[in-house]
Formats: sequence, structure tokens, C-alpha cells
Amino acid sequence: MKEISVQEIIRVVEELCLEANCVLNQDVVDALQSALVTEESPQGKEVLGLLLQNAEIAEKGSIPICQDTGIAVLFVEVGQDLHITGGSITEALNEGVRRGYKKGFLRKSVVADPFSRENTRDNTPAVIHYDLVEGDKLTVTLAPKGFGSENMGALRMLKPSDGLAGAMDFVVETVDKAGANPCPPIVVGVGAGGTMEKAAYLAKKALLRDIGSANEDPELAKVEKELLGRINDLGIGPQGFGGRTTALGVNIEVFGTHIAGLPVAVNINCHVARHRTITLTGSPYSAR
Amino acid sequence: MSEQARRLSTPVDTETAKSLRYGDKVLLNGIIYTGRDAAHKRMIQALERGEELPFDLKDQIIYFVGPTPTPPGRVIGSAGPTTSGRMDAYSPLLISQGLRGMIGKGLRSDTVIEAMRKHGAVYLGAIGGAGALLAGCIKEAEVIAYPDLGPEAVHRLVVKDFPVTVLIDSQGCNLYEIGQKVYRR
Repeated sequence: MKEISVQEIIRVVEELCLEANCVLNQDVVDALQSALVTEESPQGKEVLGLLLQNAEIAEKGSIPICQDTGIAVLFVEVGQDLHITGGSITEALNEGVRRGYKKGFLRKSVVADPFSRENTRDNTPAVIHYDLVEGDKLTVTLAPKGFGSENMGALRMLKPSDGLAGAMDFVVETVDKAGANPCPPIVVGVGAGGTMEKAAYLAKKALLRDIGSANEDPELAKVEKELLGRINDLGIGPQGFGGRTTALGVNIEVFGTHIAGLPVAVNINCHVARHRTITLTGSPYSAR
Repeated sequence: MSEQARRLSTPVDTETAKSLRYGDKVLLNGIIYTGRDAAHKRMIQALERGEELPFDLKDQIIYFVGPTPTPPGRVIGSAGPTTSGRMDAYSPLLISQGLRGMIGKGLRSDTVIEAMRKHGAVYLGAIGGAGALLAGCIKEAEVIAYPDLGPEAVHRLVVKDFPVTVLIDSQGCNLYEIGQKVYRR
């Protein structure tokens, strides 16, 4: 058995906040660079070039890539043989976000209540998803999510008779409706199956996968590729000015579902597509 | 669509605004004001109560932005546009009061476009997600109203060659619609 102190969790979450918001992920940089070659629209090419330039300025100056530094979404995998010491893990994750957003001069974009809407001024609460896994490690993924793209997501409870074709149409329709709003080129996360909330969770989780990483199931990998083609045929293009690059990638995650249903959720990410992961191995358990 | 960027100084009069066409590239210079969801709501409430606004709207440009906090030694944090559609409920009244331009990103409602046509206003787009780059074109920044709103406070910005593209012109021609049609299969 191993143990990890909440102090260490606070420290790594603080670091993840700074990195994720100021350094564009390599998979996005690579995808933007290849799009720069394939994009046919002159306006689109110009936009892609400026986005790469923006990332350079952000990284050099430790300036957030985008002013919407998002609500902090954390996916936490806790090894079942791991012991967390010194306090509550949820408190620690929130404290890490609090410190990271303060230290990094990141925008505090969270309100305490969806109706009275008073800003909490420290970007908490974070949205935290826990997963209990085998082993004794702790893996924390931070995916700060801006709402220009988040607002464009959708969920539909399809009928089994709608099938894969209906699900694909729904994904394309959602991206088409979103148009220029989510800051294309986008990354599209699709969750299918499970229940209503499981599909939404999977759609978000799909966005954690790197751009260009195909689903392990070759059939789903084919669907991802076909959807990317159909989405790019919409012609929305970089910033919605028209062009070939509407999406950089489509990632699908699926789960078993009920005989009567086919839930499908679409979660759209902007081109900043932030996600950073760290795994903590902990130290040998000390009995006290 | 002209390729060469045109330099414009604020304030922008009706005649100049009407000369802008969808797809035109513009480099803005001078003073612009920031405002997004919460500030718009307050400005509309102020107008309804007959109170003065934080600044005179006539021929001015509002930038839909909520910048990141300003680190020491800098003018402003990251400062790219937010989605304009959320201001659709408020923009027509501001346009009718003299607002000449809006900078944002994304789609606008028919009601906003109608108000722009009627009063000769323009909708300009800055690149969404390029907040670090755009911050470099902001030379001065000062909060002039609603400081309690934090990132949503109204700022007066002085910009130099701030790059925008005309998304919807005063005739209602829309770059999104026209540009996308070319590439749609």
C-alpha cells in the first residue's frame, strides 16, 4: 500500500492549471500545422497561422492561450490500494485550482449558483469525476473547459432504430448548428450508450484523448474518420470564415446501454483543447 | 472582399461604418470599450431607468471580452473575443442609442442584424482563442465601471492596429454565410 498527502495533490493541480492554460498541447500544435498545409481557404490559412503564433506568444510570456481559462474539469483515477493522507482529496483538488488560478493570473469564471450568479472569485468549485481503479497510483487529468465551445454541446436520446446512421447525423447536425461559435477548428467528443449522464460523461472523456488517436475498436475508428470527413465537408472552416478545416479530430467513446435506448452526447472543444495529465506514484505507507 | 487591411480610428461615424463590407480586414486604432453579459445587463437596466451609461455610446465600439487578470508589468491579460450571441438580447437597444460597432465572434440574431441595418452599425470579428496575440495590440486598459463584476467590468482600452474582420456589414451581408457556402460540399 502507498500513500499520498493532500499537500502533494494541491501542488500538482496548481502546476497543471498553469501549464494547461498557457502551453498549447503538442497534439493540437501538430494538428494545426498539418491543417495549415491542407487548408484551401486563404482566410482559413491566415487564421491557422495566427493561432500557432498566438500559442507561441502565450508559451513564451506565460500568458493564457485564451482569456476563457475555463471551469476546471478534473478526471481523477484513484488506485484502490492508495491511501490519501492529511485531509479530503476533493478539498485538495479545489485548493490546487484556487492556487493555480490565482498564481497564474487566470480568469475566475465560475459563479456559485446558476441562477443568482455571483462569482466565487477563485474559480472553484471544480467539476471532479472520480474513478476507482486497480493499483496504488493517483492519476489527475485537468481539462479546463471554456464555455464558447461548451455551450454548443448537445445530448439526444435516440431510438435504437435510429442506429449508427442516426447517431452520426446528430453529431454532424450539432456541429453545423454550432457554426462559428465554438471557435473552430474544433475537436468533437462523442459519447454513446449508457444512460443520459453516462453518455455526457463519455463525450467529455473522449476529449481527453489526443487528436489523431483512433478508438481501439477498428469499427469505431472508421466512424471517427467518416465523421471527421463529413464535418469538414460542412465548410465552416477556421473561425467560421469558410474553409476545409472545421474539426481537427473526432473522438468517440461508447458504453453498454438499455435495450430500449441509444443516448448520444456531443461535447465540442475549441482549438485550444486543453488537457494535461500527471500520475503520482506515492510513497510507501507509513503506519502511524 | 478586399485583402488589404484598412486602418480605422475610433470613434467611427455612420458614413465610415456604412463603407465597410463583409470580409474587409480592418486595423482598429484608438479607444474601444469592453462589455459582456453582466455589464450589458446593467447598461440596459440603466437605460431603462433613464440613468447615464458608463460612457457615451455615440459612434463607439464595444468589444465583447472578459480578459484574464493583468499580471504585474503588463497592460492586460489574455483578451480575445467571447461568443457574441449572448449579447443579442441587449445589442439592438444599444445600437439604437448610437453604438456603431461590436467586436466578438460567432452568430448574431436577425433582430441584431435588423438593428444594424437600420442604424448603420457593423459587427466585427476578432480571432476567437487568440487572446495572447490580441493582448499585444492593447496599449492601455482601465476599468471605468462595474469593478465588482471582475472580468466582466467595463474597461476603456486604447488599441493599436487591433486586427478585426467585418463579419456582418451595415447592409446585413454576412461573411459566415457567404464564406462557408464556397466550401460546403
